[in-house]
Amino acid sequence: MIRQPEPKQDVLDRREAIVAGLRGILPDDAVIAAPLELKPYETDGLSAYRQPPLAVVLPRSTEEVAAVMRLLSREGVRVIPRGAGTSLSGGALPMADAVVIALARMNRILEIDETDRFAVVEAGVTNLAITEAVKGRGFFYAPDPSSQLACMIGGNVAMNSGGAHCLRYGVTSNNVLGLRAVTVEGEIITIGGKYPDAAPTDWLGLVVGSEGQLLVVTEVIVRILPLPEGARAMLAGFRSNEVAGACVDAIISSGIIPVALEFMDRPAIHACEAFAHAGYPLDAEAMLIIEVEGSEAEQDALLERIRAICERFDPVSMRVSQTPEESAAIWKGRKGAFGAVGRISPDYMCMDGTIPTSRLAEVLGRIRQMSAEYGLEVANIFHAGDGNLHPLVMFDANDPESQQRAEAFGADILRLCVEVGGCLTGEHGVGVEKRDLMGEQFEPEELALQRRIKGAFDPGWLLNPAKVFPLVDA
Amino acid sequence: MIAPEHEADIQAAVAEAAATHGHWRIAGGGTQTGLEGGHDVLSLAAHRGIVFHAPKELVVRARAGTPLAEVEAALSAEGQHLIAEPPDLRALLATSGEPTLGGAVATNLSGPRRVHGGAMRDHVLGLRFVTGEGKVFRAGGRVLKNVTGLDLCKLLTGSRGLLGAITEITLKVLPAPERVGTVAIAGLGPAAAVRAMAAGLRSPFAVSAAAHIAPGAGHPRGLTAMRIEDFAASVAYRCDRLRGMLAEHGTAEIFSDHDSRSFWRQVRDVAPLAGLGPAIWRVTLRPSAAATVAARVEAAGGTWMMDGGGAVLFVAGEPALAGARGDGETWVALKGEPVPFPERPEMSRVRAVLDPHHVFAAS
Repeated sequence: MIRQPEPKQDVLDRREAIVAGLRGILPDDAVIAAPLELKPYETDGLSAYRQPPLAVVLPRSTEEVAAVMRLLSREGVRVIPRGAGTSLSGGALPMADAVVIALARMNRILEIDETDRFAVVEAGVTNLAITEAVKGRGFFYAPDPSSQLACMIGGNVAMNSGGAHCLRYGVTSNNVLGLRAVTVEGEIITIGGKYPDAAPTDWLGLVVGSEGQLLVVTEVIVRILPLPEGARAMLAGFRSNEVAGACVDAIISSGIIPVALEFMDRPAIHACEAFAHAGYPLDAEAMLIIEVEGSEAEQDALLERIRAICERFDPVSMRVSQTPEESAAIWKGRKGAFGAVGRISPDYMCMDGTIPTSRLAEVLGRIRQMSAEYGLEVANIFHAGDGNLHPLVMFDANDPESQQRAEAFGADILRLCVEVGGCLTGEHGVGVEKRDLMGEQFEPEELALQRRIKGAFDPGWLLNPAKVFPLVDA
Repeated sequence: MIAPEHEADIQAAVAEAAATHGHWRIAGGGTQTGLEGGHDVLSLAAHRGIVFHAPKELVVRARAGTPLAEVEAALSAEGQHLIAEPPDLRALLATSGEPTLGGAVATNLSGPRRVHGGAMRDHVLGLRFVTGEGKVFRAGGRVLKNVTGLDLCKLLTGSRGLLGAITEITLKVLPAPERVGTVAIAGLGPAAAVRAMAAGLRSPFAVSAAAHIAPGAGHPRGLTAMRIEDFAASVAYRCDRLRGMLAEHGTAEIFSDHDSRSFWRQVRDVAPLAGLGPAIWRVTLRPSAAATVAARVEAAGGTWMMDGGGAVLFVAGEPALAGARGDGETWVALKGEPVPFPERPEMSRVRAVLDPHHVFAAS
């Protein structure tokens, strides 16, 4: 289990006064302090960890967030910003002495500009709602994490979220133009703007992905992109991970960058097929989902080129979808992968490392070895174009020993990712989950430098503390 | 000026300055002028060489002093290119020397593809840099997706040598397009040009650049051009569709691959403004404001060129032109006096973390 720091006793002692102070700033319905009502906020997508906060506030405006921050920083109270609570790394895990600022009520789309191609949205707008709001005008918002129906743009900015289409369209930081945010002292500031490169120095790039360590982000200016004429997917099954990996290399080497290039290993194929009946090849060791965009003719041309490349790798099966419905069916299994694994195992941990793509077969081989050693099943889903690997480690949370083994297995997988030249997290963030592994990737001095930069924004370490950086015992 | 070959010597030079209240102005090939900093030049040009290029992983790593031309040649041999399309500003700025990868990264130098493929900052996967304390740090890594810890790559990219001396860069690269096409309309005024470019950029045809050359800057009637880059069949199809779609804006011609490449190289290098002013700025702004700002620049005696569909305005003229800047415009001097940009106390404190002894930011 990951150790959390002791709550500040003086803050716990002043609980009633702090809650009263919050009620003085916000409407009654925007402050939650009753234990039963705090329960929904005690965890996030990393549900093995639970801790009810001191209180929860539900502000409706940036000004309210600023007022709350002024009070809390004066009182020395820790703050946990929270979007939809879908973080898989425990990025929104509360602490007993902390106030959660839940941004779910800040869910307005403030401005859409078709000429300058941006949208201004509040932090509590869901990822998918942005695309829904602009698609009638021919636009979309590109990053598409699996949780896009629920996850909020404020959380996407905190974690620099990715998705299945980032090989082509980039991650959150490549699609955000500006932010409105509140400092720890409660000042409202703007970073970036309504056009690219709005500031000579890229403070925006530092803040995106900072996991709530630097500022509380309340509004986001996102870049919106024109929808393609159409998109279509194909799937191809192969006899081994090595062969499928070589096929990925061949596609990239041919000059084609598909909008999505997803890899599933045998356990993942079987779990997803049992769940979604998507027609996945059960006799394949590995499978690729490949998606291209453009007009019908462009899709045909690209899919034909890719089909010819796959042909060279002795595929077990291949299916090029002819209609959007067939594409949707191919995606259905992949998008339901987490639910599918949830059906065959009581619990699973979704890991999130990145590796150089050339090391894929070797890494999957070693994960299989570890799986045997730990006695835990694992299914692998891989954003093959960009090297982002998601091993789903299956365990039983009711058995503490099984959970401990799963955590140790997961940590070994991430160590392996770093060892082969990759990193601990490609899109889920460090949170609490990977906090204590940071030393595997960074030298102590490098972590110290990052800590000092956090301290430059948050000298009292009140913003989302005990995340990202390993605890330093005074 | 010193130009150490090894990172350890770069580090030692900075450490010594830190200990002795010294200053360094970090430079690459010296092809960009007007960079801020101390007086003595610490050139990274001799710290050069490609460390590795992994074409199948879309990654290249090189030392800061590596000439851009060397990186581009290595990529080209594998059918790849730099996504941000960094310009060669020597003609524009009347400088000589060899543009380096480090210089392009330190200034976030990006060309016409900025509007579609992003800036240099969008493709820096990893860095090594020497802080003002003379310590070497790594940021990022060599993989395409990485959210581990604070993103110092983006902060250092474009920091103009004021937050650290970038010694090594790992970049994402992409396959170079098989074919380049251009759809161009002559004779549009600035406002009509922005409207046409906005129509192109919101089309589904993946327009990868959109520029407008004013009549005063190299083209007799003014030219509004949009670029498509892809496989040959796609370029032909999309240029044709785009021309049809733009019919209400004017009659468009389509440039050949050869003409497109040479035209966009001119745009990339801001060639139309070469020799037109003692001072030159890259102004970023909302495209919808571009025509108004261009008119203001012209009224004040300046010359301009639009890139990025109007999101970038290159301005040439007398130094006093910077006084004409308004809200919602970000002016960065490419030549001439740096334009001040206000920063928050948090940001000054970050600068103090990275350069506590003002080695780079000599005041």
